Amino acid sequence: MSDLVKFTIDGRIVEAAPGTLVIQAARLAGIDIPSFCYYEGYSLQAACRMCLVEVEKTPKLQASCTLPVAEGMVVHSDSEPVKQARKSMLEFLLTNHPLDCPVCDKGGECELQDMVFRYGAGESRFTENKIHMDEQQWSPVVFYDGPRCILCFRCIRVCDEGMGVGALGTVNRGALSLIAPNMGDHLNCDECGMCIDICPVGALTSGSYRYQTRPWEMEHTGTICTHCSNGCKTTLGSRNGQIMRGNNRDRSGINGEFLCIKGRYGYDFYNHAARLESPLLRVNGKLEPVSWSKALSAVAAKFSSIRDAGGTFGVIGSNHTSNEENFYLQKLARQVLKTNNIDHHRTGDIVTLIDALAGSTGQLAASQDFYDSKAVLVIGSDLALEHPLLSFQVRANYRHHAAHVYVATAGEIREDKYATKTIRLSQASELGALEELRAALSAEPELLIVFNDMVKGDDVRKLVKFGKSLGIPVKYCALVDYSNSRGAADMGLMPELLPGYHASNMPGMTLPEMLASGDMSALWIVGANPLKSAQLAAKKAFVVVQDMFLTETGERADVVFPAAGAYEKNGTVTNVCGEVQKLNRAAASVGAKPDLEIMGLIAKEMGAAAQMGAWLPETIYKEIQSQVKGYNIPLAMVTLSAQQSTPVNGGTGVASRPDLVWSAHDGLFTSGTLGRYSATLNSVMEKHRSAAADQSTVSH
Amino acid sequence: MLYNQPNPLEIRLLTRRFGLPKSASIETYLATDGYKALERAMGMSQEEIINEVKASGLRGRGGAGFPTGMKWGFLPRQSPKPKYIMVNADESEPGTCKDRLLIEFDPHQLIEGMLIAALAVGSQQGYVYIRGEYRYLIDVMDRAIDEAYARGYLGENILGRGLTFHVATHSGAGAYECGEESAMLESFEGKRGNPRIRPPFPAVAGAYQCPTVLNNVETFAAVPAIILQGGAYFAGLGTPKNGGTRLFCLSGHVNKPGVYELPMGFNLLRMIEEVGGGIPGGKKLKAVIPGGSSCPVLKADECDLAMDYDTLAAAKSMLGSGGVVVMDEDTCMVKAALRIMRFYAHESCGWCIPCREGTTWLRKLLQRFHDGQGQRSDIILIGDVSRNMLGRTFCPLGDAAALPTISIVEKFRHEFEAHLDGKPCPYESKSRLVSA
Repeated sequence: MSDLVKFTIDGRIVEAAPGTLVIQAARLAGIDIPSFCYYEGYSLQAACRMCLVEVEKTPKLQASCTLPVAEGMVVHSDSEPVKQARKSMLEFLLTNHPLDCPVCDKGGECELQDMVFRYGAGESRFTENKIHMDEQQWSPVVFYDGPRCILCFRCIRVCDEGMGVGALGTVNRGALSLIAPNMGDHLNCDECGMCIDICPVGALTSGSYRYQTRPWEMEHTGTICTHCSNGCKTTLGSRNGQIMRGNNRDRSGINGEFLCIKGRYGYDFYNHAARLESPLLRVNGKLEPVSWSKALSAVAAKFSSIRDAGGTFGVIGSNHTSNEENFYLQKLARQVLKTNNIDHHRTGDIVTLIDALAGSTGQLAASQDFYDSKAVLVIGSDLALEHPLLSFQVRANYRHHAAHVYVATAGEIREDKYATKTIRLSQASELGALEELRAALSAEPELLIVFNDMVKGDDVRKLVKFGKSLGIPVKYCALVDYSNSRGAADMGLMPELLPGYHASNMPGMTLPEMLASGDMSALWIVGANPLKSAQLAAKKAFVVVQDMFLTETGERADVVFPAAGAYEKNGTVTNVCGEVQKLNRAAASVGAKPDLEIMGLIAKEMGAAAQMGAWLPETIYKEIQSQVKGYNIPLAMVTLSAQQSTPVNGGTGVASRPDLVWSAHDGLFTSGTLGRYSATLNSVMEKHRSAAADQSTVSH
Repeated sequence: MLYNQPNPLEIRLLTRRFGLPKSASIETYLATDGYKALERAMGMSQEEIINEVKASGLRGRGGAGFPTGMKWGFLPRQSPKPKYIMVNADESEPGTCKDRLLIEFDPHQLIEGMLIAALAVGSQQGYVYIRGEYRYLIDVMDRAIDEAYARGYLGENILGRGLTFHVATHSGAGAYECGEESAMLESFEGKRGNPRIRPPFPAVAGAYQCPTVLNNVETFAAVPAIILQGGAYFAGLGTPKNGGTRLFCLSGHVNKPGVYELPMGFNLLRMIEEVGGGIPGGKKLKAVIPGGSSCPVLKADECDLAMDYDTLAAAKSMLGSGGVVVMDEDTCMVKAALRIMRFYAHESCGWCIPCREGTTWLRKLLQRFHDGQGQRSDIILIGDVSRNMLGRTFCPLGDAAALPTISIVEKFRHEFEAHLDGKPCPYESKSRLVSA
């Protein structure tokens, strides 16, 4: 305690660590000093002058955002001079602000409105003409309204420091100053929309949300993004059951303020015109809409007869469906259909990693480790494009903690820019090159090794051996692709492993084997599209598909059930780091049902309702807790914040199957099947493609 | 380029080579004691050089008047980083035109001053940041630098004494704000010329975040004379705590405008009458801007004072950059305020709210007022808006805009009242100084 600095603010004695800024110390003490440009985690500006305070024995008011606390300092944040100064700053700001609040997207949740309400004047003394500038569109998702801009420079900093992109800057001078994009009139960037989210006013607005609704007409539901495996919390604003906006307005969850383009804008697939709204049944060779009861009884009858005749079932699960759905699916397959022919598309070799770490604990990285670990080694992945949150956290770690970052990838990646050391290697057989880093890595106090599908099978074991030989605490993260890739493995959507990585004593067929087998009687595919890139050998197999859209696989099906998307249901998903998080229903679905309900209804039709138990997510979660190590986390905890599952169980006892592991390497603007149906993602890709085409035309 | 006739009242220390044939050449410089101060400084310790500068009472000639020797003493003796010498030649304060003469007519004096500063703090690299509008001076400076390299006054092993010092010029891009030292450093580093948060000051983290001596051209140019003739001699030329001479840029309603080197503390009225030759047409004096447009104006009856930092501070104005603008009885002070505000509104960098919005508001307000559309409440508003900027902006530009405006409103309120009720400007046909 003795090394704390003691100072007085508004008559209260407050203690703070040396170097703490007055604005930080005041806010920690519950005294709100207003600011626009000061934003925790980003560089200091002292530009908005809203945080001016009176410091005794100092003649001028001081900006509390750049003033460190000092022993014995006496600060007044609510004296008359301070109040008058704030009022005058707001008066200045409003001189050229258009005050078009009635039609501004930000109206109702605008920091400038709130600030004027609290500290501003009721009337304006400004009677001159305001400066007008036309609105600009910088990209399909980013619009800029110069007159509304208060030039707090948050957008510039979040883009440069936070995203490592630096696509924004300032042009012009004085009252004509504007924020400008890097390509002059348009943006070339990640299109993450962080600049829009961090904008305190309505200067930066979103292409998908602008002029759609008033903020107070929406309900806000915090759920987990359904795209990549990072597991960001996204807060979906919905009106009458329709999603209008995605952001992370309360900055909670493992991602704090971060969201990439997919989490922010990639929700629009859910009301795509091609969404299935009714079950489809193949009648006379053609898929036709039928009632739920007709489709369900057709499937149940066929499944029952195949089972009773000893036919072969194949079940393919999803990387996107919830843990509860995955658990229920494998249970139904194994207990009711009596088959171990169950698999999913494996995108990273978490199975081998868990086996290689047998006997040790605490070596699976949490997402917080990306921000906290003193050193990070990135192998294979272009983190910024494929795992945007992890990349954001590593950058923040470097910025805030001066973490050492090491890179071993085939091509240049964003992390190179600040990496302590970079080596280039294009395949796992070149992992020997890591020896170049040995001396530096051994000298680190700790290390986080993150690797993608370049490292799988025995190479994972070699990597863990290398990590052990460094003689320092090492954690690992096996990168996987999708929102519940990790959960699918945890829930035993694999022929050789039961839930919790327990080896099955009767391993079934793998995904490629099921597709290649000529005598498959029935194939049940939930939320996956394996026939996009493969043929089904069993021409006569009865195929049942559950999906949101009529995919290539759906086209081959005998029955298709319209499934609800992740934003339309409750449950849990597990992210790349094994963190279990809760899905909360944000939107109403027309015609579609959650996969869990569809599976439950099939079980019921087959007379297995009692055997399977209730198909409520909460009930199934309890069952998961009892069977899957690491999931013994109360649902209440999962709801509040991500809790890490640690499914280390002393080895899986099964052979590595590197042949089954491959990543789709989705970038920022692609997202498997969902991406195909997101108008926003497609519009951004189209823009980037045409910009690239323009570029090449110019260079020729 | 023409140079005004010298005046016998001048003490020509920094300007003594002005008017000599080929005064900018190294031959002329060497023939008139050039680089002798460097040789002397080479025989002195760092401490001795700094003490000599302290003893001279030399204060920063850019406008703020900070004691130069003290500033140099702030640099860390030991530093793992290189140290830099930066010359602020971004002379942009309206009414100021001395640095350009110091470079044009005597660039080697500046180089020698930089060399001595380099010796004093242990620097091997200096830069001269010249405002973009002074393009022709970059050529003059570059020529002088080439000559100095050729004669062994710059480069490695200078004069065979083991000293290394390099100098390069850098062009500004036309922003007044870049005359503020931290904005200049940003601009110098290739960034937008916004001022930096201070502390740290340039002495600790200047160019490229390295310790930096950053002074005005005139400040560096005074150093050779101080070393050669002694700090005490220099100090004795001026008034207490205001050592030496000063280059006053006399402009406006005087018969003989020009740059005159006068001792610190020279009486302002004498300057106008005896140096400037009085006011044309025998008109009466109305007001004087004593040190560039950012200084509060002095009314005629306040002008009987000594032109040094402390006397002007006591008179609630500033000695500033030495730009003395004389205004006769036919000058419209509303128009003068407008002309000043037009400049600051144009030059505000846009970084902080009060300066960015305040200067533009005041420009519009003053324009409307001068056009005869003003109301009585606007007079109060002009003062209010200025005071809301004063002391609250990120850098001194806001004060520079607010201070003259406040002083004009306070001291010439009757002229504002004369513009009320749609009346035309009473001076419109008479004034020729200010064209708004």
